[in-house]
Amino acid sequence: MSPYLTSLQAIVTREALRFIHQRERFIAALVRPLVWLLVFAAGFRAALGLSIIPPYQTYITYETYIVPGLCGMIMLFNGMQSSLSLVYDREMGSMKLLLTSPLPRWWLLFCKLAGSTAISILQVYAFLAIAAAFGITMPALGYLTVLPALMVAGVMLGALGLLLSSFIKQLENFAGVMNFVIFPMFFLSSALYPLWKMAESSELLHDICAVNPFTHAVELIRFALYADFNAMALLWTVLAGAVFTAAALWGYNPARTGLAKRG
Amino acid sequence: MSGLRVASLSYNYGAKQALDDVAFALEPGQFCALLGPNGAGKSTLFNLLTRLFAARKGEIEIAGHNLAHDPRSALAHLGIVFQQSTLDLDLSVAQNLRYFAALHGLSGTDGARRIDTALDRLDMRERAHEKARSLNGGHRRRAEIARALIHAPKVLLLDEPTVGLDAAARAAITDYVHQLSAEGTTILWATHLTDEVRPDDRLVILHRARVLADGIARDVAGDMALQDRFLQLTGAPA
Repeated sequence: MSPYLTSLQAIVTREALRFIHQRERFIAALVRPLVWLLVFAAGFRAALGLSIIPPYQTYITYETYIVPGLCGMIMLFNGMQSSLSLVYDREMGSMKLLLTSPLPRWWLLFCKLAGSTAISILQVYAFLAIAAAFGITMPALGYLTVLPALMVAGVMLGALGLLLSSFIKQLENFAGVMNFVIFPMFFLSSALYPLWKMAESSELLHDICAVNPFTHAVELIRFALYADFNAMALLWTVLAGAVFTAAALWGYNPARTGLAKRG
Repeated sequence: MSGLRVASLSYNYGAKQALDDVAFALEPGQFCALLGPNGAGKSTLFNLLTRLFAARKGEIEIAGHNLAHDPRSALAHLGIVFQQSTLDLDLSVAQNLRYFAALHGLSGTDGARRIDTALDRLDMRERAHEKARSLNGGHRRRAEIARALIHAPKVLLLDEPTVGLDAAARAAITDYVHQLSAEGTTILWATHLTDEVRPDDRLVILHRARVLADGIARDVAGDMALQDRFLQLTGAPA
């Protein structure tokens, strides 16, 4: 097997093993969106009227509306959690082991990204299965067509995590990521409410939501779940992913200091 | 061809000079102790030698490969034991070694054979399936040295590998690494403990970012004990 594939397999397997070892992380990753779906959405159902907007052909319940947003939320949290583990790896030294491999650094970071995306996708499917058990289902074909959309969204959010991890020096700084990255990205998006609803309240907030890459990742997933395709969402997500990846590679360039402690 | 060559290497963190025109060259198979008090610049030198940092000034050659121009060949010939343990404690010794082998593109029967050989050399075969977490400090170090040898590196760097170990484990590891150098591996062993340096070892003393002394330990010490000579040179407790 080529050295590239060997390392890819090893890095993805290690990420998966770590995830399995941290059972609480898996449960938390599932409970979080389920609380939103089964509690928050139930409470909001009456308050929020939704008109028919693409890709939906009929009136839908609020629970159905937020499923793609919650898939996005799982990926957003997982992307950030992967970057948390990278910061941890750096503090613990195991990142040094990875970065001193003779394989190109961009490849090693890509393998990390592939590992975190694979885990995100597994979580999303587990969530979709539980949602289906509660009667919130998508068209059968949608479960298949959503896979490439999840890959693109997962890589984009994983790359954002990778980028953040290259600039965060210590684990303690990570609480800031929750407040300044996860929450704004999630709430300033179409995950919980359609953008036209946001425009009714504030044009400015609507505009911010419209440029938020997370909005486009959610829309990409939403359309794909209905076996539909949103070219604009794909373009934005791929573009954001490319920018985050390039910036993360720059952040991990050995010519930049800060990858290891001074001494 | 030299085992390891460092030429005119300088590095600074802003205004703080961490390495100032550091130069030395090791013959293949030579054991060199890099002795220096804390803060002398040893860790910065290791970060540059392992390409975690890129050198802005100066050159590094590993087994004849320039680290800046041909990093992949240079790193392929380099084995590293970091000061801090880098074992994944939730994985077994064998899983840790397999992961590392894969990072060097080694897998399948070739990878397995190399792992077995490395474990045998360090007498760690029977612990291959134990979780790294259950090993004591000495065995964890041995597992890390075994791991660093899987790809048969020509140069082995060890950054204070005996920190936190008891006297017996320290002696065993020091003996073993000397034996490795006798078999042809070039060794750079960073330490701040003079008792780990043998009279015949090559010795580079690093102090305040500069090379203060470079030669055979016996000659550097002269008619004094190495510990006293080191104190005299650096004015710092070893």
